[in-house]
Amino acid sequence: MSGEQVVTLLVYLVASVTFILALKFLASPRTARTGNLLGAGGMALVVAWTLLRTPGMLEHWWIVGVAGIAGSVIGVLGARRVPMTAMPQMVAIFNGAGGGAAATVALSEFLSSASGRAAGAGLLPIVPVIATLAGAVIGGVSLTGSVVAFGKLQGFIPGRPVTYPGSRLVAALLLGAIVVLGVVLALIVNSVPLFLLFVAIALVTGVALVMPIGGADMPVVISLLNSYTGIAVAATGFVLGNYALLIAGTLVGASGAILTQLMCKAMNRSIFNVLFGAFGTGGGVVSAGAAGEQTAREINAEDAAVLMAYAKKVIIVPGYGMAVAQAQGPVRELMDLLIARGVDVEFAIHPVAGRMPGHMNVLLAEANVPYDRLKEMDEINDAFPTTDVALVIGANDVTNPAARTDQSSPIYGMPILNVDQAEHVVVLKRSMATGFAGIPNPLYSDPRTAMLFGDAKQTVQALVSGVKNA
Amino acid sequence: MTDALDPRALIDALVILVLAAFVGYEVVSKVPTMLHTPLMSGANAVHGVIVVGAMLVAASADDPLRVVLALVAVVLGTINVVGGFVVTDRMLEMFRRRPGDKG
Repeated sequence: MSGEQVVTLLVYLVASVTFILALKFLASPRTARTGNLLGAGGMALVVAWTLLRTPGMLEHWWIVGVAGIAGSVIGVLGARRVPMTAMPQMVAIFNGAGGGAAATVALSEFLSSASGRAAGAGLLPIVPVIATLAGAVIGGVSLTGSVVAFGKLQGFIPGRPVTYPGSRLVAALLLGAIVVLGVVLALIVNSVPLFLLFVAIALVTGVALVMPIGGADMPVVISLLNSYTGIAVAATGFVLGNYALLIAGTLVGASGAILTQLMCKAMNRSIFNVLFGAFGTGGGVVSAGAAGEQTAREINAEDAAVLMAYAKKVIIVPGYGMAVAQAQGPVRELMDLLIARGVDVEFAIHPVAGRMPGHMNVLLAEANVPYDRLKEMDEINDAFPTTDVALVIGANDVTNPAARTDQSSPIYGMPILNVDQAEHVVVLKRSMATGFAGIPNPLYSDPRTAMLFGDAKQTVQALVSGVKNA
Repeated sequence: MTDALDPRALIDALVILVLAAFVGYEVVSKVPTMLHTPLMSGANAVHGVIVVGAMLVAASADDPLRVVLALVAVVLGTINVVGGFVVTDRMLEMFRRRPGDKG
């Protein structure tokens, strides 16, 4: 091993340590940003080293230059311009890009090895072939799956589960075809057209796997696809004999998998149920207890403001409705006013409120709500019985008491915020429509509950002026 | 880049793979729910290291088809890595404390 190679490996080691620290520092809001910058620094180091010291780079620098500038412009513009509400789909599309890159690298390596000119080191013959196939298929699934997830959250593709008779059979057949073709390519024939067919099937499979999943479950799907891209990257690390890719890819593959599991646990559902349950069909089965016209009591903003202004304790429950209306600024203002009047104000954050875990925290932090006022579900659920007013802002399914009592409800068993135990419940909502899961919420017909209809931002602004006058 | 991985190097790679998987599992188990979105985004940025793989492919691209593939791979990889880190930083920027908050 030459001195140059030793330094390369040391550069990979340093970069890998920064990646691990980036994830580790995310354990606390105080260190999280430093960690991310550290990871970016490690990434810059390994990219710079690769650019400067790779044999053959001198003749091909323009490829990296042109493509690198184009990719950077797209990445920065996308990341800077996207509104905070659209963060989940942005992560999805960046993840899809990574999966696409891994699949493309694998494809290029396959073509090279078919013609005997691979960029990577030749491993044992069978290992690189398997790794190439894995990188191509997992990267391909991640690419199209992420694009569908993006489309569902952005509204290009219907958010409801898209299923048709036999859709599961089709998915199973696609997966079977991948396995069979993979075995053929690995053991029997080294054929380029067959490999292209293999990649094409992977791309179709990504679509077929994500289409039947409802929009509410997209965060779990994005997390899972994130893990897939990590595994695809690790596989290409094997193909190229590159430890940086191997370590970083595996790190993300494992952390994405455990994160996916944590998210499923928060909803009290299995990953199998999320992927194949076609959850939230909407308008389908309505359980007997909740069927029929819901009778809800309405309240106006002035009365609701007075209710809160003279309360001792108010818990605010934010949901996706707050994000859509961009109401976080007025919500902070409302909190400040209430605190100034001596009201104890806290926020109850359900693990899956919004479209991603932590989505609400990000938005409220953006509005300068101190994060020690944000309480996680387990921390705050016991406080509802001693709360005067629970203010639900555009959250629905995570407050649905049917999850506790109604065994026929699709969300039965999901841990919920015990909003219905507060003395008064004020629900801000645009209409009586069902939530993302498409199931009615008996909370709204509870005698303690009053509905305040309208756009969340305008309504909260009305509450703010109401509290000022109270 | 490493030389041809002989069986010994292959075992090394497997050891690294297994240990990295455990590190990933352990590190993420300790992250609080409210930071799960930035975590997903941060992990997403880390697998943007695929851009290095794309660059290695570019360095050995010696026919038009592979030049095109290298261009595509580097563009996608750069979007992943640059967008990933920038968007994560933007999220985390919002977790900074207001001046005057204690703790």
